[in-house]
Amino acid sequence: MTTDQIIQAVQSSTVNVFATMLGVEIVPIPPHTVKTCPPINNEVMAFVGLSGPWVGSGVVTCDAEFACRLCELFLMTETPALNEEVLDAIGELANMIIGNFKTAAEAEVGPLGLSVPTVIYGRNFVSKSVGSSNWIIMPFTCGKDTFEVRLWFACVADSSTGRIPSTQTLAA
Amino acid sequence: MDVLVVDDSAAIRKILIRVLRQAAIITGEVHEASDGLEALQSLKDHPAQLILSDINMPNMDGLQLLSKLKSTPEWKPIPVVMVTTEGSQASVLEALRLGAAGYVRKPFSAEEIKEKLAGIL
Repeated sequence: MTTDQIIQAVQSSTVNVFATMLGVEIVPIPPHTVKTCPPINNEVMAFVGLSGPWVGSGVVTCDAEFACRLCELFLMTETPALNEEVLDAIGELANMIIGNFKTAAEAEVGPLGLSVPTVIYGRNFVSKSVGSSNWIIMPFTCGKDTFEVRLWFACVADSSTGRIPSTQTLAA
Repeated sequence: MDVLVVDDSAAIRKILIRVLRQAAIITGEVHEASDGLEALQSLKDHPAQLILSDINMPNMDGLQLLSKLKSTPEWKPIPVVMVTTEGSQASVLEALRLGAAGYVRKPFSAEEIKEKLAGIL
């Protein structure tokens, strides 16, 4: 699966999830790749793992205020501060975005497994997935706000370790 | 109608219950479970006439739950609609083979849920 195909599938999935579940139009910003996942400051990160002939991790990340607004749109309730409900909502959005990417990717690479989401909120931390592939950083604008979907996705045979990666979170 | 909603995401359970209430499908009690094991326990205590279930859940997933329901005479007649991100052809076919009454992919609109249930109930 080429990088362009991955980007197209993730962007399409993300736009669809926001339009259908939140009734919000978002606009993709040109993506870029990085070797390691950028550090996080006061943000929410939701991780979903992919396994099979290709492996990887998908991440949806945004700042805490935007996470609360997304939760309000998602659940149609007031969410003045970040709480468990917000983390659950962001985890489910990540699950749908990466889950729909998985369905698109399966047509190219074969059956894949999807993990349940893990959501982290904190200040000054970095995350690292044990694998050799670059992360594709796909930003989006939503009105005045921005958020990112990050993904690394590689054929097992092409990875240096040949192992399914695990995601580690380290204090900065 | 009493309804059981099974999903490991509290957010999705809340959205589904809101849609079901708006469509006047929940006319009795609604119960929630976060995985298949909780769902089975809930059914023992609170019978339901309709079940909406996710597939990808910890402890007991939605397909395992569906298999258990359809192999238990008491629960076999209850229509089960799968609401899930698992959109692969294999998952859909497996759910239908096990006896699912319907299949809705996330993300979903309220109208999709209502239309799917209107065709089943």
